[in-house]
Amino acid sequence: MKRFIGFLKKEFYHIFRDKRSMLILFGMPVVQLLLFGFVITNELKDVKMAVLDHSKDEYTSEIINKIVSSGYFKLVENLDNISQVDETFRKGKTKLVLVFEPDFRKKLVKGPHASVQILTDASDPNIANMEVSYLQGILQNYNVEINRGKQVTNQIIPKTRMYFNSKLESVYMFVPGIMATILMLVSAMMTSISIAREKEMGTMEILLVSPLRPLQIILGKVTPYLILSFINTLVIIGMGYFVFGVPVLGSFVLLMAESVLFILLALSLGIFISTISNSQQVAMMLSMFALMLPTILLSGFIFPLRNMPLPLQIFSNIIPPRWFIIIIKNIMLKGTGFEFIWKETLILIGMTAGLIGLSVRKFKIRLE
Amino acid sequence: MNTDKKVISVRNLYKRFGSFTANDDLSFDVYKGEIFGFLGANGAGKTTAMKILCGLSYPTSGEIMVAGLDVYKQREELKKNIGYMSQKFSLYEDLTVFENIRFYAGIYGMSSKEIKTKADELLQKLGLVHARNKRIGELPLGWKQKLAFSVAIFHNPGIVFLDEPTGGVDPVTRRQFWDLIYEASRAGITVFVTTHYMDEAEYCDRISIMVDGRIEALDTPEALKKHFKAKDMDEVFLQLARKSNYQE
Repeated sequence: MKRFIGFLKKEFYHIFRDKRSMLILFGMPVVQLLLFGFVITNELKDVKMAVLDHSKDEYTSEIINKIVSSGYFKLVENLDNISQVDETFRKGKTKLVLVFEPDFRKKLVKGPHASVQILTDASDPNIANMEVSYLQGILQNYNVEINRGKQVTNQIIPKTRMYFNSKLESVYMFVPGIMATILMLVSAMMTSISIAREKEMGTMEILLVSPLRPLQIILGKVTPYLILSFINTLVIIGMGYFVFGVPVLGSFVLLMAESVLFILLALSLGIFISTISNSQQVAMMLSMFALMLPTILLSGFIFPLRNMPLPLQIFSNIIPPRWFIIIIKNIMLKGTGFEFIWKETLILIGMTAGLIGLSVRKFKIRLE
Repeated sequence: MNTDKKVISVRNLYKRFGSFTANDDLSFDVYKGEIFGFLGANGAGKTTAMKILCGLSYPTSGEIMVAGLDVYKQREELKKNIGYMSQKFSLYEDLTVFENIRFYAGIYGMSSKEIKTKADELLQKLGLVHARNKRIGELPLGWKQKLAFSVAIFHNPGIVFLDEPTGGVDPVTRRQFWDLIYEASRAGITVFVTTHYMDEAEYCDRISIMVDGRIEALDTPEALKKHFKAKDMDEVFLQLARKSNYQE
């Protein structure tokens, strides 16, 4: 055990003394998260809006005025018929349609409520989600205004419908996506490079000649990155929560357990890569092309898998982050429990076991 | 040299990679405190044999005892009793001199107190006290190499294996390095060294010369020169190397 602690100490020295490692470890998650977060969730301005007013009374025109004067929305079209909605969306004339029900005024005055429907083009789900919350805010204000001083309050009920992406699948997707990318990068790339460095410098031979067992060497190499990746996970979730308001609806413990499982998977991938590469360069190139690009492109993080050609969809099944992102999304954004993600979890466990098995075999062959 | 006590005993060692025989029926003994030179052209099978003796690789067949231990069955015990230094110096460039010593001594199970006392003594002897907290990367090559050797024998092993330890350093530094080797040998540590330099071969007590996986000659430098009627080791080596089937 004392030997092992000495080994860990040395590993931490390597990491903390290498500016590049430190930057990748701690600078990158923060920068990526901020970049993605702010690029995706930018301010709304002059969103093109169409109105389908079945009531055409003073209340509806006042509401429309309020919305337009907020500066966030611009009225581009008045529709007469619900059948026009689809067409106007498809032509891209508008991003948003506001539908007032017939007798809006009457229902609002007499109560209990009048409803207004908000239809959005959710092919850009982040924007759509923001438009809705802005509109709800404006309607809410107006509601408070007209009810001021009244004893019986009547409500305007906004009903939202997202077109083209009704489940709003990729809102907040950047947090699970970045988590997968960063954990993959830190765990797999950094371990594979650090093991390859020992080989390249010739120190691996000395370690193998020493009384340390191969398993101890591997564990010593991997443990620091397990710890640092775990810290990274906390930082990413914390920043997502406090800076961007991305919730953790499900069990936090489950979320952490799944993250550790994914880190272990990435670490075993790193070990596997290092067994087939003899220099840091090769390890880095392998990690970049075999891990980073697929993680970003084929995991469903940025580009929806549904829209990909079939061969790529099939290929994406062997990309671990694909499953991890589903798990994280379910726990964080939908609040589901283990019963809905056990299949994905099992896939990750299977992949981890397979990689460890392969690495052990490779390691033995090399020793022979 | 004490010929009563065998530290390494090799009988009929074979190592095959597919159809290629890297080590072809090697048999030799190395005695306690001896400096044993292991010579041969590139690809003659030196490194392969040395890796087997260190427990880094398994032989295909043969009986091999190192430090009285069987390389098949007692690897873990064996590893505690040997030191190893490769041509790459094997110190961590981003750790300081003391951190390197502490790390390597630590994995051989030495206590912190023991490490500290012995490290101070060593740095005193090498004249490196001022560099104790400097990173290895900042030191000149010659110092790194002396330090690497001292680290390899820091845990007081019975045998130290040196794999072309003096590659790429100037003759003066090489000479100083050999002083350290003599000192270790006087202290009873057996030195098993591979080298390319024929002047270094003369410094060894006995040398073996490998050609195409076989040991073609094994004796003291004096006896070999006499036998091959050569004026120096260079000539001995060339005469033997010409027998090779794979000329470089």
